[in-house]
Amino acid sequence: MTGAATTVITDPGLFLNAVVAGLLLGGFYAAVALGLSVAFGQLDIVNIAHPAFIIVGSYFAYLFGARYGFDPVITGILLTPVFFVLGMAVYSIYYASFERTGQESLSGLAFFFGLMFIIEVTLIMIYGVDYRLVSAPYIGVNWKIGVVDFPLRMAIPFVVSMLMTIGLYFYLSKTFIGRAILAVSQDRQALQLMGADPVKIKQVAFGLALATASIAGALLIVIGPVEPSINREYIGRAFAIVVLGGMGSIAGTVLAAFILGIAESFVLTYASPSWAPAVAFGILLFTLAVRPSGILGRPS
Amino acid sequence: MAHSILRRLAVSAAAFTALAAIPALFSTPAVAQQKPIKVGFSMALTGPLGAGGKSALIGMEIWRDDVNAKGGLLGRPVEFVYYDDQTNPAKVPPLYTKLIEVDQVDLVVSSYGTNVIVPAMPIVMRKKMVFPALFGLAVNDEFKYDRYFQIMPAGPVPKEDWSRGFFQIAKSKNLKTVALAAADAEFAQNAVDGARKIAKSMGFEIVYDKSYPPPTTDFAPIVRAIQATNPDVVYVGSYPPDSVGMVKAANELGLKTKLFGGGMVGLQFAAIQKNLGPMLNGIVNYDFWVPAPTLNFPGIDAFLKKYQEKAAAAGVDPLGHYLPPWAYAYLEVLGQAVSATKSLDQDKLAQHMRTTTYNTIVGPVKFGANGEWASTRALMVQFRDLKADNLEQFTKAGSRVVLYPDSVKSGELAFPYRQ
Repeated sequence: MTGAATTVITDPGLFLNAVVAGLLLGGFYAAVALGLSVAFGQLDIVNIAHPAFIIVGSYFAYLFGARYGFDPVITGILLTPVFFVLGMAVYSIYYASFERTGQESLSGLAFFFGLMFIIEVTLIMIYGVDYRLVSAPYIGVNWKIGVVDFPLRMAIPFVVSMLMTIGLYFYLSKTFIGRAILAVSQDRQALQLMGADPVKIKQVAFGLALATASIAGALLIVIGPVEPSINREYIGRAFAIVVLGGMGSIAGTVLAAFILGIAESFVLTYASPSWAPAVAFGILLFTLAVRPSGILGRPS
Repeated sequence: MAHSILRRLAVSAAAFTALAAIPALFSTPAVAQQKPIKVGFSMALTGPLGAGGKSALIGMEIWRDDVNAKGGLLGRPVEFVYYDDQTNPAKVPPLYTKLIEVDQVDLVVSSYGTNVIVPAMPIVMRKKMVFPALFGLAVNDEFKYDRYFQIMPAGPVPKEDWSRGFFQIAKSKNLKTVALAAADAEFAQNAVDGARKIAKSMGFEIVYDKSYPPPTTDFAPIVRAIQATNPDVVYVGSYPPDSVGMVKAANELGLKTKLFGGGMVGLQFAAIQKNLGPMLNGIVNYDFWVPAPTLNFPGIDAFLKKYQEKAAAAGVDPLGHYLPPWAYAYLEVLGQAVSATKSLDQDKLAQHMRTTTYNTIVGPVKFGANGEWASTRALMVQFRDLKADNLEQFTKAGSRVVLYPDSVKSGELAFPYRQ
C-alpha cells in the first residue's frame, strides 16, 4: 500500500468529513423523497412524476432569481401554496379518471409517466434544454468548524429540508387533517364511517406532497445546474428511499435518506465512486430481504 | 421520312426549351428555380446534448442562409432535411436510413457528439458517402472509414492529443504527481484514457485514478479524496453538471493543487461561465475557440454577431463560442469541396477533402489520414481575473488566455492554481 493510500484511510478529518457530507447529502435526498413518501407511501399513488414537479420548482426558483433577484429558497417556500393547489388539481384528475373506477394500478402509473413527459417537454419548449443555474450569496461559501467543512450550498438545503420534514411530521401527527391523512392510508373505510371524506383528505395530502416539490426543486438548483430531463436521475433514488424507510413513514424516509447519503459519501471518499449507486441499491435489497416492510415500516 | 422526324424533334426540343425558359424570365434569383441540394442529418435537439445541438443547428442555418444568399452551391439552393435524434443512439440508424433512402438527400453530415455519430457510421459507410462529423472523439479509431472528416480540432490521435497540451504545461513546470477523475460515460472515459496514457508516457506518477457515476450530486467527497493524495496536477474528465459540481466543491474546500482542469465539458458554455465567474480563475481547461488575437480568423466576428442575435430567441448559449462556429465550419468544408469539384460525386468530394486545406471561420482546416485534424489545435486556456455575474467579460480577449498550442498562444500560465 502506498503512503498516500495509508494517509487516506487513517485520516480522521477525512472520516468526519465523509460522515458530515453524507448527512448533508442525505438531508437533501430527504427533501426529494418526502413528497413521494406521502403520495406513494401513504396514499399508494405511484407518482413517478414527482421528480419532474421538483424540476418545475427548480425552474421557478431560477426564473424568480433571474427576473426579480429572489433568493431560490425563499421562492421555493413562497410558491408552496401554488404547488399545493396544483397537487389538489392533479389528484382530482387522477381520482376522476382512474382511482374512482379502480384502474389506478397500471393506468395510474401510465398517467404519471405521461405527466412526467408533458412536464419535461413543456419546460423544453419554454426554456430550452440549456442548463439553468442560480446565484445566491451563500453558494460557494464554506464554514469550517475544526477539520469539518460545511459548504453552505449543501448545508442550507440540509437545514431547510429538516425544517420542512419536521413541519410535515408534526402536521401529520398533531392536526386533525394530518391524522386523517394517516388514517386514510391505513383504513379508508373506517375514516368514511367517522364522517370524513377520504377523497378530500387524499386531495389535501397529495397537495401537501406536491408542495414539498416546490422547496425540493429550489434546493436542487442551489446545489447544482438543472435541465428538464434531470428529473430522471432522481426517480430511482427517491423511490428507493421511500421503500427503504418503510412505506408511509416520514421518520423512516429521513433515516433512509441519511443512510443512502452516508453510503454514497463513504463510497465516493474511500472506494471507487463508480460503485456508489450499486452500494445504495445493495443496501435497499439487503434491507428488504431481512425486513420487507422497510426500516420503520409497519409489517403488513 | 427520317429527316421529317428529326425536324419535328428539333422543333419540339426548341419549343420545350423555350417554354422551360419562360419562368426564368420572371424570376430572380435564378437559384430559387433550381432543384435544391439536400443536406441531411439528425441532430441532438433534445436530451442530454440538446442544448449544444440546438446551438449547432443555429450555426448550420446561418451557413445555409449565407450560401443561399450568394447563389447556393453549383447554382442550386441548399436545403436541410433533419430530424431530432434526442441524443439517443438507438434513434440514429433509422433516421439516416430514412434520410438516404426516402428523403434521398444529396449530402449527409453528422449529429453533434460521439454517442450519436457512432451509430450513423455503418449506414453512411454502406452508401460510401462522405461524412463530415461534428465533435466526435476518436469515432474512426474502430471504423477506419476513409470518408469520415471530423471538424473538432482534437488532432490525429484524438484521445491523447485532447490532453497533450495540459500535460505539456504540467511538464514545463516540473510537476510530478497526477490525480485523474472522470465520469462513467463514453466521452469522459475516452478523455481520461488518453490523459492516463500521456501522463504515463511523460513520466508522471498517478496517485488517484477513479471514475464516478454521472448522477453524482455532491462532489465534495471526491475532491477531499483527491486532496488526501496531495497531487501536483488534477485532471478531470466531466460533463456539464459534474464540472459545475467539481469546480464549486474545489472552491468551497480550497483544493490545493498546482494545475487543475483538463477535460471538463461545460466550462465553455456561457450560462455556466457566468454562474461560476471567479470560481473559474486559474483553471486550465480545453477549449476550441476563444476571443484572442491569435484566433481572430476572417468571418468569425460576423458569424458570432448573427448567431448571438438568433440565440437569445432560441434560449441557447448566448455567446456561441464553443460549438456553433464548428457547426458552421464543417458545412463550410463540405460546401467548399462541392464548389471546388463542381460535383456531388462522393468519390470526388472525398478525394478533395483528403488533400485540401480549407479556410474557414475557425481557421485553416486540414484533415489527416484518419479523418481527424492533421495536427492538433485543441486549446488549453486558463481563466483569468473573472468577476461574479458578468457575461460580458467572456467576450473579451484575456478572460481566457490561450496557453497551448504554441501556434496560437496568447499569454503565459499564471501558476500555481492554489498553494
